[in-house]
Amino acid sequence: MWMLRIDMTDRSYKLEEVAERYQKLGGRGLTSTLIHDEVDPTCHPLGPNNKLVFSAGILSGTPSPSSSRISIGGKSPLTGGIKESNSGAGFAPALARMRVKAVVVEGQPAEKGAYWMVHLTWDGDKPAVEFLPAAEYVGEDLYVSYAKLYERFGKRVHVAGVGKAGELGYRNSGVAFDDMRHKPTRFSGRGGLGAVMASKGLKFVVLNSEGAPGVEYADKELFMQGAKKLRAALGEHALTKPQGALNTYGTCVLVNIINEAGAFPTRNFRTGRFAGAAKISGEAIFENNKQRMGKEIYNHACSPGCVIQCSNTIYAENGEEIVSCVEYESDWALGANCGIDDLDAIAKMVKLCNAYSLDTIETGDAIAVAMDSGLLEFGDAEGAIALIEQMGHGEPLGRILGGGTQATADAFGNPRSPAVKGQGMPAYEPRAIKGIGVTYATSTMGADHTAGYTIAPEIAGSGGKVDPLLADASKADLSRAFQKTTAMLDSTGHCLFISFAILDIPSGFEGMIEELNGMLGTHYTGDEAVAWGGEILKVERAFNEAAGLTPVDDRLPEFMKYEQLPPHDVVADVSDEIMDQVYGEL
Amino acid sequence: MRIQVKLYASLQRYAPEGTAIGQPFAVELPEQSSIAVLIIHLGIRPRETKVAFVDGRARAAIYRLQPGDEVGIFPPVGGG
Repeated sequence: MWMLRIDMTDRSYKLEEVAERYQKLGGRGLTSTLIHDEVDPTCHPLGPNNKLVFSAGILSGTPSPSSSRISIGGKSPLTGGIKESNSGAGFAPALARMRVKAVVVEGQPAEKGAYWMVHLTWDGDKPAVEFLPAAEYVGEDLYVSYAKLYERFGKRVHVAGVGKAGELGYRNSGVAFDDMRHKPTRFSGRGGLGAVMASKGLKFVVLNSEGAPGVEYADKELFMQGAKKLRAALGEHALTKPQGALNTYGTCVLVNIINEAGAFPTRNFRTGRFAGAAKISGEAIFENNKQRMGKEIYNHACSPGCVIQCSNTIYAENGEEIVSCVEYESDWALGANCGIDDLDAIAKMVKLCNAYSLDTIETGDAIAVAMDSGLLEFGDAEGAIALIEQMGHGEPLGRILGGGTQATADAFGNPRSPAVKGQGMPAYEPRAIKGIGVTYATSTMGADHTAGYTIAPEIAGSGGKVDPLLADASKADLSRAFQKTTAMLDSTGHCLFISFAILDIPSGFEGMIEELNGMLGTHYTGDEAVAWGGEILKVERAFNEAAGLTPVDDRLPEFMKYEQLPPHDVVADVSDEIMDQVYGEL
Repeated sequence: MRIQVKLYASLQRYAPEGTAIGQPFAVELPEQSSIAVLIIHLGIRPRETKVAFVDGRARAAIYRLQPGDEVGIFPPVGGG
């Protein structure tokens, strides 16, 4: 295994042995540990001293089901703290097959506005890098650039790239990965890592793993036994099985249940119910497609080896594809949160976000704050689309929104900024689902639903049932347990959506632990693997503390404490003391 | 007693034909019926259901319904 260091100051690279400290790490565990060890926490995120780390999950590149997650890490320009953002993409298994444990992008070219791409290939017995100029792609729609890149390098490559939002240094810019049809639709969206990548003059990483030797196993038999158990659990669970809820309705299947629970943030978090919810639900997407295409259309995989296959496609009246995929978070951010109930308009906005490499969540939050500030009416889909275009074109107003939720609220003097540590909230109201509020407040990542997805027990009834409106200390324990488990899962390369099957089916969890042990030669018990996740959180927390974040940053926005949220008429009432217990007792 | 019911995702097929997504339909049940009784009344196999809400609060299968309650029933759903 290698550590590949890419220095963008002079465009050189070196291959290093993987230090012992990093050998059993991968994905988030590795990106966060490297950032902690090598990046000055006080550095400017877009300056020469930040680094950007790519690492595939530990199980990526193996036959393990749904294990193709790629993590990117760095200091976030959005939160000012550590960031890991992962995506399902063929990039992960390809990198793993080349036995590259991490790609560490360092430095910054002297020439401002000059861009290169890194072409990473397999050279007989080791990976090799060439630096190619990328000026011709600058400022271009990423769909156009990816089509050109696939024309130029062939269909077998995988691409990580940044579009206009990254070039403009937006704090809401993501890094795009290619989907199964070579389009730039899979994103490490959160935290502005696209701007970090672009700040290094790095436009694309084009990866060709042809000829690479593939992954190594410590105990292949144990690994295969574990993978088989996990595959069986995913195939059996009603949520993840073929033609199950995710394969049929996609992640937008959550729209109706979160709305029913009174926790679907609507019109910049003014109420927990959206009258147009059913119209933008996963059920509506399935029905629309059936009507428009004349047949039932089930979802597809975002990345190789995924058995859940939850990515939808939105088709227009005339049968043409508008975009793939509209995730629940994007559907909500650009839909209900902006008071918009027009699926086609939402799909169009998602496509624009992809084309410019904007994070859909942060973009929707920023537009909703602008609506809440009186710039335009809630429900104005045309106006929202125009704002995204202004972001993409770098117009002054677009640049303000490109700065994210908090920057937009600051520019308009609006105290109703639904952000923690500067990061805009995702699609669950923390006043109506207290556990996810604890995760938003305390996560090392800023307001992030994936960091500790307590929605599973609080709403979905997976892994037990917990009252979402209960605001006692048990919510600190619940969020901590989920945050630890997630840090571990984000390191395996598994999609977070295996959680439901491993929470509900004991042999699924057992299988995942066996896979890990088979791969690494470790002897983790389930509890030890979760504790290992806790160690990753400690590393992230230490970075954040050194960067200047304090417990005061582990709080929900003030307006949620005095504004009652209908229909349950609840406020943010988890005490500061309970918030502090999450990391106080880690 | 008369209650209103909404069925989602894979349970939509148990709703009267032509029911739009998220649209409640009326059901007549004996007084004091529980959610479990409602599920059986609708012809749904209990293991197909995962969560039931009454007026926005998740309730257990033994919960006794009141006239006019609005019940939303879901199969296992999730994602994020």
